Amino acid sequence: MFARLPDLKERAVVRLTVDGRAIEARAGESVAAALLLSGVLVVRTTPVSGAPRGPFCMMGVCFDCLVSIDGEPNRQACMVTVRDGMQVERMQGARKVDP
Amino acid sequence: MGAFDVAIVGGGLVGTAVAYGLARQGARIAVLDEGDVAFRASRGNFGLVWVQSKGLGMPEYAAWTKASSDAWAGLRDALRDETGIDTAFARPGGFHVCLTDGEMERRREQNKRLHNQPDMVPYEVRFLDRKDALDLLPGLGPEVVGVSYCPLDGHANPLKLLRALHAALARRGAAYRSNTPVQRIERSGDAFALTTPAGTILSGKLILAAGLGNARLAPMVGMTAPVRPQRGQILVTERVAPFLKHPLVTVRQTDEGSVMIGDSLEEAGFDDRVGHAVVAMMADRAVKTFPALRGVRVVRTWGALRVMTPDGFPIYQQSAEHPGAFLVTCHSGVTLAAGHALNLAPHVAAGCLPDAAFAAFSARRFDVRAAA
Repeated sequence: MFARLPDLKERAVVRLTVDGRAIEARAGESVAAALLLSGVLVVRTTPVSGAPRGPFCMMGVCFDCLVSIDGEPNRQACMVTVRDGMQVERMQGARKVDP
Repeated sequence: MGAFDVAIVGGGLVGTAVAYGLARQGARIAVLDEGDVAFRASRGNFGLVWVQSKGLGMPEYAAWTKASSDAWAGLRDALRDETGIDTAFARPGGFHVCLTDGEMERRREQNKRLHNQPDMVPYEVRFLDRKDALDLLPGLGPEVVGVSYCPLDGHANPLKLLRALHAALARRGAAYRSNTPVQRIERSGDAFALTTPAGTILSGKLILAAGLGNARLAPMVGMTAPVRPQRGQILVTERVAPFLKHPLVTVRQTDEGSVMIGDSLEEAGFDDRVGHAVVAMMADRAVKTFPALRGVRVVRTWGALRVMTPDGFPIYQQSAEHPGAFLVTCHSGVTLAAGHALNLAPHVAAGCLPDAAFAAFSARRFDVRAAA
């Protein structure tokens, strides 16, 4: 569904995991772009109704692409650049707090 | 415009709760709402349905508050049945957290004075030390010394309450007029004639429920409403999985998961902006109460203006000079919503606020007494 722009294909490969599964991205891409390019369209379910959500605006406005990055929940995937070894997890409903 | 049985000035929680109660009695209602230039306390509040600690200096207020708390489940069910909107009222019991021994001591002392008043309505308030409180509130921080607990305290979703009241009124055929500030009130025979930019509205009865606007309107029908703004600020966090069943005065988790942090109190005139010093203090206290909140994002802050009388208690009064005109004002539109809809409205419909229950709430209590 999504394809990488030709000039981005030349960039260095960055390896990260999504829910423990290894995916490849290119340096400089956002986490949201990397997720979409690897076929992950649904990145979370909403806290109230459990509806599926995926990256939409890609510019930090809609907050639909929230994921957990290296253990920190509710990060905007479109506003974070991929890094080698990054651990991304999709989110099911509301984040937890540990009392 | 046609004539109405009752015109209610104010489309917030107070006005619509009374209007809903009157609509249930079959009255033909008009709700006149000023518009978005109004201060909109009903859109900015915290959402507690609170009993403990209220009424020191006026035991009638404690009884009135408890009665509303007792009636709230009925209001929730009626609104849900009529509109399908769940106002998320729950009464799991609420806590007031004390962070120092001094706070705890003052709390005990205040509670003793409250419940020692003659004619005070009896209800249970328990003081728990840190260890016992932890059983009911897991996750309390090490700085929490103790808590007071009242099983009657609860909370609701105030925005859903406002929407449900408006929806129920619409279903019952009440007229809702937005952007309709009342400029003048005069008599036209037996009726009240309300001058608005959209024309004159005639009604048999009149209820002033305009919040801070009551100060200007009450003298037009022979009453006084000495109300002033008192600012409260609120922080709300991102939604988190349920971790807090009970509401606290300062922290509560909403039905949809966000955590609200509130209970600031400032004399700031009509300035309803957010001040960072106060917000920082509130966040600090919330994190001391529940250290797990430290890593939770705040997504919005806002300020809103309470509608405060000199003694902090409501005013319920019928004009002696202009019978049929009623003044209704309070700073607890959520807590008292059930009381206004189910307990106050029938008296308004009957045209009489019985002295036994309502004399204490008259604004005449603020009049300077003539020297003996």
